[in-house]
Amino acid sequence: MPLLEASRLEHLKMLEAESIFILREAAAEFAHPVMLYSIGKDSSVMLRLAQKAFYPGKIPFPLLHIDTNYKFPEMIEFRDWYARHVGAELIVHKNQKALDEGANPYDLGTQKCCGLLKTRSLLDGLAEGGFDAAFGGARRDEEKSRAKERVYSFRDSLGQWDPKNQRPELWNLYNGRHHKGESIRVFPLSNWTEFDVWLYIHAEKIPIVPLYFAKEREVVVRGNSILVLQTGVHLLPGEKPQMVKCRMRSLGCVPCTGAIRSDADTVPKIIEEMISFRRSERENRVIDHDEEGSMELKKREGYF
Amino acid sequence: MATTPVEPTPETKSGIPKPVSAGTLLRFSTAGSVDDGKSTLIGRLLYDSQAVLEDQLASVKKSKINRAAGPIDFSLLTDGLRAEREQGITIDVAYRYFSTPRRKFIIADTPGHEQYTRNMATGSSTADASVVLVDATKGVLRQSRRHAYIAHLLGVQHIIAAVNKMDLVGFSQDVFERIVAEFQQFASQLGIRNVYAVPVSALEGDNVVRGSKRMPWFSGPALLEYLEQLPASGASPDAPLRFPVQYVIRPDASFRGFAGQVASGTLHAGQSVVALPSKVKTRIRSIVAFENEPLSAAPGDSVTVTLEDEIDISRGDILAGEEQLPSVGTALQAMIVWMHHEPLDPHKIYLLKHTARTVRARIHQIRYRVDINTLEQLPSKKLDMNDIAKVDVKTTLPLFFDPYRLNRTTGSFIVIDPLTNVTVGAGIIEGAIEEQQQASQRRHSTREERVLRFGHPSGAVWLKGRPHVAELLERRLFDEGWHVQLAGPNDFLAHELVTVAKAYQLSGHITIFSPLDDGTDQKRVVRAIYGPDAFFAVKIDDDTDEEATERIMKVLRKWRDKQSDSQKENS
Ligand SMILES: Nc1nc2c(ncn2[C@@H]2O[C@H](COP(=O)(O)OP(=O)(O)O)[C@@H](O)[C@H]2O)c(=O)[nH]1
Ligand SMILES: [Mg+2]
Repeated sequence: MPLLEASRLEHLKMLEAESIFILREAAAEFAHPVMLYSIGKDSSVMLRLAQKAFYPGKIPFPLLHIDTNYKFPEMIEFRDWYARHVGAELIVHKNQKALDEGANPYDLGTQKCCGLLKTRSLLDGLAEGGFDAAFGGARRDEEKSRAKERVYSFRDSLGQWDPKNQRPELWNLYNGRHHKGESIRVFPLSNWTEFDVWLYIHAEKIPIVPLYFAKEREVVVRGNSILVLQTGVHLLPGEKPQMVKCRMRSLGCVPCTGAIRSDADTVPKIIEEMISFRRSERENRVIDHDEEGSMELKKREGYF
Repeated sequence: MATTPVEPTPETKSGIPKPVSAGTLLRFSTAGSVDDGKSTLIGRLLYDSQAVLEDQLASVKKSKINRAAGPIDFSLLTDGLRAEREQGITIDVAYRYFSTPRRKFIIADTPGHEQYTRNMATGSSTADASVVLVDATKGVLRQSRRHAYIAHLLGVQHIIAAVNKMDLVGFSQDVFERIVAEFQQFASQLGIRNVYAVPVSALEGDNVVRGSKRMPWFSGPALLEYLEQLPASGASPDAPLRFPVQYVIRPDASFRGFAGQVASGTLHAGQSVVALPSKVKTRIRSIVAFENEPLSAAPGDSVTVTLEDEIDISRGDILAGEEQLPSVGTALQAMIVWMHHEPLDPHKIYLLKHTARTVRARIHQIRYRVDINTLEQLPSKKLDMNDIAKVDVKTTLPLFFDPYRLNRTTGSFIVIDPLTNVTVGAGIIEGAIEEQQQASQRRHSTREERVLRFGHPSGAVWLKGRPHVAELLERRLFDEGWHVQLAGPNDFLAHELVTVAKAYQLSGHITIFSPLDDGTDQKRVVRAIYGPDAFFAVKIDDDTDEEATERIMKVLRKWRDKQSDSQKENS
């Protein structure tokens, strides 16, 4: 079966139209929207959709990257190149205070580290820019609590999500009204699946970070995880580096994102590989599995 | 299901019609009372069609919570919030995605509690089909009826009755038939034809993905098989064009593109269209796109068009096919689902969002409320949470609308409380109310009608000694759409003040009095005419004109937004 058969293209077209509708709606209704750009495949798709939504005009809002300082160098390189390529304004925000005070995943543990360098940093970055709406590339199929989220997700003045008290959201009549200090997270990719995202990347020839493609990499195998050896990953006593053909299924911080063994070095091969997968994409993210429902807790605190 | 587009084909029974078009999307939602087994059914559906990934299943098996009689509590696959798992209920909609070799599905698993009806309505508003569960041990409950009614009201095309927990009634055909008869009777009262009824055990999987050996008396397709062959709804390309303009794209002086999603009909270059509200006729010059400019656009497509003539169009306007224009007006009749614990207030000014327009509106008359059990139409003075009623709506600015049954996009609106910003209601338009009929009811316009049009009652700002602020304030308020009038020192003679103030007070203006000096008498007289709540004597210190103006604007806006509250107390 060809990957881009007619019914699949038809479905992508429907998803694309829905996402563009959401992007335009938010761009029209909010005073200071911003797009959270995480450099991953979903962000790449969201960015392409924004290009399409406002063509031939420029994307009418800046991109915001929350840099934890623990991202793969390839990601940062790609980010700077792609933002320039697209012609978008890029804002990079770091929790410099926490970094100066020595915040790092090894001493703090993943939860605390994520809380400081991602969630706190995100909330500060949004507040500093005075943004009243932030686009995020999250999809409902990623995780159970995300499956519960609205397209327009209301956040109180502390950036918190109240999942038990969400606004009704009927049809495509999104309600973005808020008081000063409150904000809305907008999720244009809500109805996309991981499979849709890859198909779209293939169909649209969207550039992605090379870490998604399989290649011999120097890694350390630790329990079930394969960690790519990069600055910052410390070998534990008895561990030895080795060469493994592997790739990333989702991109996060160096110490918390595991690779998977894979031969898929092209987008069609990645898609073929995914068809055979029986495990979810965030499984290789340490942070999501600290305890049951940890994604929901993080989101309530202001995470995406 | 994200990651496995190819599933093993379930055994299919013979005699099932072929799907309309392979691979089309079907959106369906669950409905029914609490504990009827909605979440379990969806979990089972995903599990049996192998759409549950290993790590997701492992986390469900590992969970300390299990309310199911079997080894796996399938409801945990969709009840994704902590509170839901702890309380064993669904609070908000969960969206799940999966596909079979035949088609793609988006499922909305909705809550059954009456308290969360708003979330059930959220899930149903975009659905093509609704699976209403009925617990075989309990029969058709109030919530089953409510949900069937709401699904029907929201235009869900296919209603399926799944009689669940057949394992608890010994897979009895009698029980099934009795419940189906009851359901059918209610459905036909609503005007729902062709309910498909299927006996299932969500827990054990009978008739969910595959047929059941334990119910040989039932020969219809299993639930999933039935869903696989249902035609999906969708706006018709044959309907008249409706293109609500969402965004104006203007990269430079030479290009003006109008962006939006086609709600119905089709668009192509050269086509004649009418822009509303201006009623100016023009033609589509081109459909512009990032690459491969399309020749035409169909319902659901998000596109950008340019027009032959330079006409003034902004967000909230609409391009329509000239053969049939939508209704244009400020008075309409609608069914409304009230979704907030604060009851509907017929005197209050709400915001109404309809396509890309947000206008002020009053839901000023409740024609009747529907009793969900009997479908009786009851007279009612107010609407409480979860009530459904037929109402008259009056908006400040015209809307361009069609009846909901003809067009889901131009026929729907939401109601927003301007103070809390919360969505409090959902409206389904039935049609326009003839303005003539309305006008004949009263001879001249009333204070209330003026408040509705201007967005505020009359008021006075007393601003002595700062003529520049008075002018600036008048300009700002005017630009913001206020009905405002400046009464400067040279506009009338001192002895005319009372008459002037009275006239402006009656006409509904915000009047800015800018006297040279204020004999306390003058101030007192005007204050008495307007009353203390609508009279603002402004003390101005040494702030700049700009600061002073902004400060007064703030006070006025706050006062305006509060009016709806005080109206409630007065009524
Ligand atoms: N015996 C039996 N129990 C069921 C069946 N379906 C659901 N249940 C149980 O009914 C209870 C409520 O199920 P749940 O899916 O949470 O209902 P919901 O509130 O409609 O989503 C749970 O304890 C389920 O295990 C069924 O077919 N047979
Ligand atoms: Mg449930």
